[in-house]
Amino acid sequence: MTETFDQWQFVIAAYAIGGGVTLGLVAWSWLSMRRAERRRDRARES
Amino acid sequence: MHGFANPARFLRIARWATPLCLLLGLLIAGAALAWGVFIAPADALQGDTVRIVYLHVPTAWLGMAGWSSIAIASFAEIVWRHPLAGIAARAVALPGAVFTAVCLLTGSIWGRPAWGTWWVWDGRLTSMLVLLFLYCGYMALEAAARGGNGAGQGQSRMAAIFGLVGAVNIPVIHYSVVWWNSLHQPPSITMGKSAMAGAFLWPLLVAVLGFSLIFGGVVLARMRAILADEQAEARLRRKALRASADEGEW
Repeated sequence: MTETFDQWQFVIAAYAIGGGVTLGLVAWSWLSMRRAERRRDRARES
Repeated sequence: MHGFANPARFLRIARWATPLCLLLGLLIAGAALAWGVFIAPADALQGDTVRIVYLHVPTAWLGMAGWSSIAIASFAEIVWRHPLAGIAARAVALPGAVFTAVCLLTGSIWGRPAWGTWWVWDGRLTSMLVLLFLYCGYMALEAAARGGNGAGQGQSRMAAIFGLVGAVNIPVIHYSVVWWNSLHQPPSITMGKSAMAGAFLWPLLVAVLGFSLIFGGVVLARMRAILADEQAEARLRRKALRASADEGEW
C-alpha cells in the first residue's frame, strides 16, 4: 500500500504555525514592553 | 563593548532600534517567505515540501544562535559583571525557546512527506529537542531564583552557569548529522560554499536575515521590558522605605 500526499497541505500547515507564532511573539513582546514602560512612568510620576 | 553596558545609553539606542528591527524584519521575512512560496521552484526530489526550508532553517539557526547568545552573555556577566549582560541573557531565552519549538514543529511537518515519519530519535532531532528542554530549564531556574515575580537585578548566578554549561549542546547539534547516521540531510550551507542552487539559496538567506532582525527586535523589546520592570520595582521599593521611615519619625 502506498500513501499519496498533497504536499501543499504540509507547506500551509508549516507556514500557518511558523507565521502565526512569530506574529504572536512580536505582538506580545511589543505590548508587554509598552505595559512595563507605562508602569515605570507611573511609578516615576507618583 | 563596555560602553553599551550603561542602561541609559542602551535605552537611547534601543528606543529607535526596537521598532526598526521589528518592522524591517517583518517586511524582509514576509517578502522572503512569499518569494519561497510563489516564485522559487519546487525541488526535483522533494517537490513543494522544500518550501518549508524557508521557515525551518531560519528558526533552527535562531534556536542555536539564541543559546550561543545566552552563553556569551552569561560569560560576560560572570567575568565582567556586565550590568546588561544578565538582562540580555534573560531576554533571549523566551524567543530562543519559541523559535526552537517552531523549528521542531516545521521539521516534523516536513519529515512526514519527506521521510514518511513525523519523528525519529536520531542525533539531530534529539539534540534539538534537548535544546528546547534546556531553554525551558533555564527559564524555570531564572523564575525560581527571583521568586517568580521578576524581581532582582540581571540573571541569577546559577542560571548564568546553566547557560554556560548548556552551550555544550550547540556543537552536538551542528555535528550530529556528521557524527551519526541520520535521516536528516548533512549541512547544505558551510563557510564560504553551498550545496544549494541559487534559486533556493537566495530566498533562504533573505529569510534568515528577516527572522534574525525579528529576533533582535524581540530581544530588544524584552530587554526594555525587563529594565522598565526593574526600575519600577526599585522606585516602588524606595517609596515604601521612605514611607515607613516617615511613619517611624512620628
